[in-house]
Amino acid sequence: MNIMGVVSAAFVIGIIGLLVGFLLVGAAARFHVETDEREEQVRSLLPGNNCGGCGYAGCDALAAAIASGEADTSACPVGGNRVGKAIAKIMGVDAGSSVRKTAFVKCAGTCDKTRKKSNYYGVKDCRMAVVVPGRTSKKCTYGCLGYGTCVKVCPFDAIHLVDGIAKVDPKACKACGKCVEACPNSLIELVPYRSMYRVQCNSNDNGKAVRAACDAGCIGCRACERACEYGAVTVENNLARIDSEKCVGCGACAEKCPTKVIRVERN
Amino acid sequence: MKEMMLILVGAALVNNVVLSQFFGLCPFLGVSKQVKTAASMGGAVIFVITISSAAASLIYDFVLVRFKLEYLQTIVFILVIAALVQLVEMFLKKTSPGLYQALGVYLPLITTNCAVLGVVLQNVQKEYTYAEMGWKALLASVVNGFGTAAGFTIAIVIMAGIRERIAYNDIPRPFQGAPIVLLTACLMAIAFFGFSGLI
Repeated sequence: MNIMGVVSAAFVIGIIGLLVGFLLVGAAARFHVETDEREEQVRSLLPGNNCGGCGYAGCDALAAAIASGEADTSACPVGGNRVGKAIAKIMGVDAGSSVRKTAFVKCAGTCDKTRKKSNYYGVKDCRMAVVVPGRTSKKCTYGCLGYGTCVKVCPFDAIHLVDGIAKVDPKACKACGKCVEACPNSLIELVPYRSMYRVQCNSNDNGKAVRAACDAGCIGCRACERACEYGAVTVENNLARIDSEKCVGCGACAEKCPTKVIRVERN
Repeated sequence: MKEMMLILVGAALVNNVVLSQFFGLCPFLGVSKQVKTAASMGGAVIFVITISSAAASLIYDFVLVRFKLEYLQTIVFILVIAALVQLVEMFLKKTSPGLYQALGVYLPLITTNCAVLGVVLQNVQKEYTYAEMGWKALLASVVNGFGTAAGFTIAIVIMAGIRERIAYNDIPRPFQGAPIVLLTACLMAIAFFGFSGLI
């Protein structure tokens, strides 16, 4: 066995390693790019899903935007209040309290309640289905098409198809807004997580047409508007709308609703 | 010149790095969801492999052969490639933030890609060395590296194009996700097998 071979091998590898190391250290000093140290701290607080819910290209991009003052400290919808506060502390500003939101599908037209007018055998994607003449296989053109485009875009597995309509799991929902953008019927809305009463219909048709299409639609009878003592419910274009700022959660509207389309959330 | 063209075509199409040698399958399956990101990945791979073939070729010919340490090629090449990618990343970050942004996370990912190490080891195996070819060895190594990386880019971009279309297809449940992707890769490999008569 040639001991010199071992020594020279170790020596050469060692020298190469050392040279490479010095080269990298030199390069790091030479090509050093100034970054805001707050940017790195903010980045370490962000969730790191890179969901893009904030509107930036990812968590890195949002961290840079927050550090430069371009974005709000509570801009991350996923991290919510807790992350917003921690970031505000780093940035040295007051955190405005943000209300936790959740996505909500404004349709209750499950398979047993809504009626069909045709059969659709095309691509199982809502954005494809709406370009077919007639828009949807259901009689109601405003409601959930039920091909699950929102289910596919949700990065948090918070939407599922239940009985032919999309249903949001509010606990899993991070209110990133991807489904809101994806729905071709603009059916999904971000509502406060705590809001108790929500109108589960999107139809602007008159009462007769709604009744013909679906058992769970808003017929625009204005019973809820009259029942509300706080002026939180308004009916426009044959559709009730609840202002969550004014709503105190008394439940008078849901009680009076003849089609039971005002949903009572228990949370 | 003719020799270099043959090396290029051979590396890019006939012995396609992904589809007939099964190198670099991880990014091939992982980063092939969209044509845009697939093309960025391909660009980063071309960049890194071309540079590291040149560096590895020089180090092999003038350091390892000289000290009769050819058996250490694997460990030295890993060291050199990792350092080189780091260096290139720092250099790009300083001088060309646009390109750095475009390559993004893919540049450091490639550091540990077996396709990169595979190419430089193959360069030695195919005897593109100073002892065999003189200074032309450097050119042959670089051309082989570039061709291989171009082959990778071709494969991953085609794959991404197919996957973008598959996304809207009504795929039977058992085939959804990874199985349909692997089947696609399999059919692509069969198609690329047709190039084997080219040279």
